[in-house]
Amino acid sequence: MSSKRTVQFKIYRYNPDKDDKPYMQDISVELEESDKKLLDALVRLKAKDDTLSFRRSCREGVCGSDAMNINGKNGLACLTSVEELAQPITIRPLPGLPVIRDVIVDMTQFFKQYHSIKPYLVNNDPAPERERLQSPEDREELNGLYECILCACCSTSCPSFWWNPDKFVGPAGLLAAYRFLADTRDQATSERLDNLEDPYRLFRCHSIMNCVDVCPKGLNPTKAIGKIKDMMVRRAV
Amino acid sequence: MKVAKHTFDAVIVGAGGAGLRAALQLSEAGLKTAVLTKVFPTRSHTVAAQGGVAASLGNSTEDNWHWHMYDTVKGSDWLGDQDAIEFMVKKANEVVVELEHYGMPFDRTDNGKIYQRPFGGHSQNYGQTPVSRSCAAADRTGHAMLHALYQRNVRANTQFFVEWMAMDLIRNADGDVLGVTAMEMETGEVSIFHAKATIFATGGAGRIYYSSTNAFINTGDGVGMAARAGIPLEDMEFWQFHPTGVAGAGVLITEGVRGEGGILRNAAGERFMERYAPNLKDLASRDVVSRSMVTEINEGRGCGSEKDHVLLDITHLSPETIMKRLPGIREISIQFAGVDPIKAPIPVVPTCHYQMGGIPTNYKGQVIVPKDGNPNVPVSGFYAAGECACASVHGANRLGTNSLLDLLVFGKSAGETVVADFKSGQLTLKPLPDDAADVSLARIARLETQTNGVEVNDVRLDMQRTMQKHAGVFRFADMLKEGVEKILEVAERAKHTQIKDKSKVWNTARTEALELDNLIEVAKATMISAEARKESRGAHVRDDALDCAETPNGRDDKNWLKHTLWYSEGNRLDYKPVNLQPMSADVEPIALAKRTY
Repeated sequence: MSSKRTVQFKIYRYNPDKDDKPYMQDISVELEESDKKLLDALVRLKAKDDTLSFRRSCREGVCGSDAMNINGKNGLACLTSVEELAQPITIRPLPGLPVIRDVIVDMTQFFKQYHSIKPYLVNNDPAPERERLQSPEDREELNGLYECILCACCSTSCPSFWWNPDKFVGPAGLLAAYRFLADTRDQATSERLDNLEDPYRLFRCHSIMNCVDVCPKGLNPTKAIGKIKDMMVRRAV
Repeated sequence: MKVAKHTFDAVIVGAGGAGLRAALQLSEAGLKTAVLTKVFPTRSHTVAAQGGVAASLGNSTEDNWHWHMYDTVKGSDWLGDQDAIEFMVKKANEVVVELEHYGMPFDRTDNGKIYQRPFGGHSQNYGQTPVSRSCAAADRTGHAMLHALYQRNVRANTQFFVEWMAMDLIRNADGDVLGVTAMEMETGEVSIFHAKATIFATGGAGRIYYSSTNAFINTGDGVGMAARAGIPLEDMEFWQFHPTGVAGAGVLITEGVRGEGGILRNAAGERFMERYAPNLKDLASRDVVSRSMVTEINEGRGCGSEKDHVLLDITHLSPETIMKRLPGIREISIQFAGVDPIKAPIPVVPTCHYQMGGIPTNYKGQVIVPKDGNPNVPVSGFYAAGECACASVHGANRLGTNSLLDLLVFGKSAGETVVADFKSGQLTLKPLPDDAADVSLARIARLETQTNGVEVNDVRLDMQRTMQKHAGVFRFADMLKEGVEKILEVAERAKHTQIKDKSKVWNTARTEALELDNLIEVAKATMISAEARKESRGAHVRDDALDCAETPNGRDDKNWLKHTLWYSEGNRLDYKPVNLQPMSADVEPIALAKRTY
């Protein structure tokens, strides 16, 4: 049963304390039978070389920590099977964000955009004693929206976000914007649309659909963005 | 080394459910608050909670807080403090409804109310029939809750220090708490956070075990910091082994699966829980189900070629129900067990899940320690909530869905207490001792200069294997004795950890070494407290505790109806009484009885 196997990696390395510039490191690691996911392999690699730095937490695809570029495609290390990857497995940081160290990127711009859409429910009626009612059908409108884990796989795979990370909200932020627009309990629809009525914030999405392709939760930001655009049009006529 | 100093009204360590709920209270009251968190808030482990949060809303079946209180006291095997439990179950509806108002996307009943499902150990009419008490957002309740709480904090302009790791608690000569030291992970620099109030909401330490449902970050940081600073840890022998971790991977499969009708089966396909818990069956309390599973496996009725697990079967549920109510579980099963639960049962095994013990607190969230003969004296300036704290509402065994409730109720309560103490002028900024950062700087310096040391990974693995082998689901007197020796030996080695990475920027090797210091405190507390408790109660079951009339299920109320307090210094043990009195006259004390389901 215990068949050990060796896996080859090419990993982006950069330590600002000692490297003038980034480089790709060729390294291999022997995996145990129980090492199924890429994250298991990276943890195994780190045991061998503790200078390798990456974020990780839940190891089950719900916290969004370990997003990285894997063989050219963004994904979560904890949900990616080593078996399915061509070797050498090429690991790079998420594209388009400043690299702090190795595959750890500075996500400030990503969260700034998320915060810019006012990601919280707005309801100015006095709070009732019990829950606000919402029909199961209305609640279902939030499916495919609320599950976002803010891993940034989508926004950092989007050319529009690469070019204008300060102006274009990006797929993750827009998915969140639609999550509140679609919520029957929210009362800020027109303010939310005003906030996005801009040549860059929403309309830089050209439906390239990289976001859909990479989302580890199977969500569809492009569709949500389309629905926001529909709401803009309906409001204009 | 130069140490920067930040001054706040309050500092909160941890931004999971409890920390965010407390932060909201403080931000909305206008206190200048810093929330320190070693991961971005929505990466905290609350995000992994699945099945729901308990509240006796009675949206689907008749319910009331009296029943919830009875179930919780019984679930705790009478080790829970009945005043704190009464406080929690009475507050449940309020804090859950509040979350709904914050925007949490709960599932809905046909009439638009919050959807509720049955869960283990929760019953109608004092143990008679299962009740739908778990308020759920599909099987992603923790995710939905954590995001809603974070979003509400964005609205409240809460100030976060993201990816800052708290290192040590700062106390003065009187024992008052004055804040913490913390390391900014991006720069590796240590700062002092000087505050009038310090709230710990740092979560549990499930990573002391080899097989755990817990995230990598669950290293008991607050618990370890408190222990090193002389605060005793309460009831650390009680660890919950969740019945259904994915065999091999450890990833959690919610009890909500059984709440929706899932059944545990042995190799013969038998629904074995009917034998162990004739009344609630698969929805008995978690400690009971986990022990039944291990018994099945030990007696040769396990499944698979190694007969080392049992099966969780939902193939009889409709695919629509699974897709609607348990979509995340289906994803996890496919990802980590390689089975689609619509078509085949999921291989599961009891897995370390939750720390019932922790930093001793009262229902107000104040940290309390024995002083001058009084076992419960608040430590000035120090508060705690959530899994790192022990209120104690879970006693010897927590009921599913009571953890999310705990972090909401006591996160809010700790926040309210701080705000009240602040407004009444009780909280003042006490002068920092000159050596406030010395302990932390010395820890960093040791890691920089350590030679001929041991690897962090090796020590951690030894600790995890020792805990797994010596303090598992079933405990044995001789194994516990040996476990104490072994864990003290591992703790000795942990003083000499060595890392190769000496750089400052995002040095995760250093972070892991600092985390290990916290884990070790928790491991010692657990093993030593467990060895000493010569009875079986809740999740702590040992071979030499006899089931007889005087000690039902091995529970010895005459000698052991008391809370353990472990002090790191000298590994000293002390005990204090369980509060069997509810806080109001609304309810009679729940009388001691043999626990059966």
